[in-house]
Amino acid sequence: MIAAALWSVAALLALAPAGVVLATRPRGSIILYGGCLIATSTLCVTALSDLLFFPHLTPSATLPIGLPWLGAHFRLDALSAFFLVVVNLGGAAASLFALGYGRHEVSPGRVLPFYPAYLAGMNVVVLANDAFSFLVAWEFMSLTSWAMVVSHHREAENVRAGYVYLLMASFGTLALLLAFGLLASGAGYDFDAIRASHPSAALSSVVMILMLLGAGSKAGLVPLHAWLPLAHPAAPSHVSGLMSGVMTKVAVYGFVRIVFDLLPEPVWWWSMVVLLVGGPSATLGVLYALMQRDIKRVLAYSTIENIGIIFTGLGLALAFKAEGLDWVAALAFTAAMLHVFNHALFKSLLFFGAGAVLGATGERDMEKLGGLIHRMPKTAFAVLVGCVAISALPPFNGFVSEWLTFQAILLSPQLPSWGLKLVIPAVGGLLALAAAFAAACFVKLYGISFLGRPRSDVAASAHETDRFSLTAMLVLAAFCLVAGILPGLFIDALAPVSKAMVGNIMPHQVGLQWLTIVPIAEGRSSYNGLLVFLFAAFCGTAAASAIHRFASDRLRRAPAWDCGYPDPNPLIQYSASSFSQPIRRVFGSVIFAAREIGEMPPPSSPVPARLHVELHDLIWDVLYAPIAKVIGFATDRINILQFLTIRRYLTLVFVALILLLLVVAL
Amino acid sequence: MSSLQFDIAHLLAGSLVLASFMMLYQDRLYALLNVYALHATVLALSVAWQAYVQQAPHLYVTALIALVFKAIIIPVALHRIIKRLGIHREIENAIGIGLTMMAGIGLVALSMVVMLRVTPSADALAREDLAFSLSVVLLGLLIMVTRRNAVSQVVGFMSLENGLVLAATGAKGMPLVVEISVAFSVLIAFIVIGIFLFRIRERFDSVDVQELDRFRGERR
Repeated sequence: MIAAALWSVAALLALAPAGVVLATRPRGSIILYGGCLIATSTLCVTALSDLLFFPHLTPSATLPIGLPWLGAHFRLDALSAFFLVVVNLGGAAASLFALGYGRHEVSPGRVLPFYPAYLAGMNVVVLANDAFSFLVAWEFMSLTSWAMVVSHHREAENVRAGYVYLLMASFGTLALLLAFGLLASGAGYDFDAIRASHPSAALSSVVMILMLLGAGSKAGLVPLHAWLPLAHPAAPSHVSGLMSGVMTKVAVYGFVRIVFDLLPEPVWWWSMVVLLVGGPSATLGVLYALMQRDIKRVLAYSTIENIGIIFTGLGLALAFKAEGLDWVAALAFTAAMLHVFNHALFKSLLFFGAGAVLGATGERDMEKLGGLIHRMPKTAFAVLVGCVAISALPPFNGFVSEWLTFQAILLSPQLPSWGLKLVIPAVGGLLALAAAFAAACFVKLYGISFLGRPRSDVAASAHETDRFSLTAMLVLAAFCLVAGILPGLFIDALAPVSKAMVGNIMPHQVGLQWLTIVPIAEGRSSYNGLLVFLFAAFCGTAAASAIHRFASDRLRRAPAWDCGYPDPNPLIQYSASSFSQPIRRVFGSVIFAAREIGEMPPPSSPVPARLHVELHDLIWDVLYAPIAKVIGFATDRINILQFLTIRRYLTLVFVALILLLLVVAL
Repeated sequence: MSSLQFDIAHLLAGSLVLASFMMLYQDRLYALLNVYALHATVLALSVAWQAYVQQAPHLYVTALIALVFKAIIIPVALHRIIKRLGIHREIENAIGIGLTMMAGIGLVALSMVVMLRVTPSADALAREDLAFSLSVVLLGLLIMVTRRNAVSQVVGFMSLENGLVLAATGAKGMPLVVEISVAFSVLIAFIVIGIFLFRIRERFDSVDVQELDRFRGERR
């Protein structure tokens, strides 16, 4: 099992240098992405069969590479297998999408060599069983993705995104390095040895906080999210899909692996920290998303929201595990893992959709799109599925995982600790708010970009995307539906993961009647995706046929939005900014320091009136700008050191030596 | 080891420190070179004595290298360089001589205290030897710091190297390879800095390193 996985990773690594050569060939991208598709599919099938059929075996392997006395350890347990499935399902979909999309790449030499290396890096992070391999693979993943973020380096914005990304990635790796350093102090770098050692509660707490910083900065938790909405949209769309859909999950994996697996029993306040980061991340992330006009930035901000939901689930699992309520912890943990899987599916799907729109129109700005449903009907359908799924509407998969998270939140009164009893419902409120905003956000994204009339010529002359891209999107859309109507299968498949991490499992779901899922008890709550689907499908079809039959059996073209204005200009349609204005007015004045400045020309002047909207990122202004200022000031001061005379350098060395000797002597 | 052998080793190492002190207050280049030659000769004697005491014939090679290379070839070569460059005989000390001497005494005291504290379990000769060689190293650094002339900085650097060789030979069982590599490092430093001297000379008609700083547009 693990041998097959490692060979596939090796194949991906071998494809990376081949990418340099293939980038110069006309059909090179097809060969490369085809190779990646085969390798990731193999990995996906291997991991899936491991998870389904041999969940209790943990094959491991040691390769004589890396540190000479350590070697590189790999291990494939249930958690690794599950995340391998997520990574490689996303990877295979992205490769399939790129078979079509990658052909239009302007500078293939800047993407092709890094793409397989990036996939390999993510796989090795998930497979690694010692701290050294883990960190090297983690850094490898960061650097290769950085290279693809700056692949279109002619745009100043992308270069800035790359810079911020590199800084934040270094910060995250530093936090991880410190965490592993603390863990390894008693045991060494091998995860098996760390697992067997028993670090003290204080040390474990420090490690947990460091992991939250390290993994959280990669996953995009507020307030460490600043790089994410810059970097994810800057990469080519299939890479954006991977970064948002898959790489953030690898960060979640890192957090779960250390905090749930390597550390001993959690302390109750850990969950408090995780919840207080996760809940606000969800709400703030989606509020930011609502304010954006750029499709890919909307999607990137919505990733922050979903990561917030996942971390809320993990925080709940920590809380219930610390208080000994294993069976609720299993519910919360399974919900988080299910959301990891679901988000990987629909976020990849939506980024691919954004890529298809970008390829067809060259535009990412919603205010310049519109009416694409007529020109790109199949893409529009797939994106609609993604939007419904990410808005957590039944019968799609997003609903199931968020519903399960809420089931765990509703069990919080059983916790003995008063702090958690108060915090968890508040976090639940934040999640509910986030879910509502997410729906608004994706109504806006879909309505403005795909419905209405085209707002620019490029949108009017758009064409349907190629077959490979469509296949990738439709496959993901199908997965979204299947995971939504048959969630029991997925919950049962996650049982070994939950057993290994929190020590208990959710009740078995597959045997229940009508494919219902019952997370706790029959009398308490249950959900049946299939019935909802059938009901929705039946009602929808009936309503549509009724409307067609009785109201619109004849196609009529009439002026839309013609409320007394004879002007047919499509710009008078409802715009993205108008859609989000009410929410901006309610929340924006505090969170974004939003201001609207109206410029009215004096009477009888022909100058048009203008309305400016100013938005500030408060977290950037309060947290990042001062740090940047202090560092800039300090470097300006220290810069003098670079221009000293030879004698002064010698004197510096001399004085330093004397001081050290004095320390030894006294 | 008899007490006479110990005393002689002690005497020679102490003389090396004394020679370092003599270098501190030389304000003419030729005189500095002469004292450096003396420094290297004392080093050669000391190493030879160690070779005799430790019954380690390979140390004679090191002593010979020190004598021929450091006490004769390098000073003669530097003499010729100075003559060819026609540089002033005067050395401008960055700090006054009195202050420099005081600092030197402080450094020797410091190295004694450090060594006494760090090596309570080592044998007496090694302790004294290490203390003296650390003093020589620190005094060499002090010479480099207090001089502005590139040639005297080179001399300071080489006296520092001498301190290292003293430390290396004082410890029993140090293989020859190390000494040869040390000698080579001196050689390389000598060549590099020699070329560097000519370069400055070509460009600025002076070997005063201040000229370099002025060229880079820096304030002193």
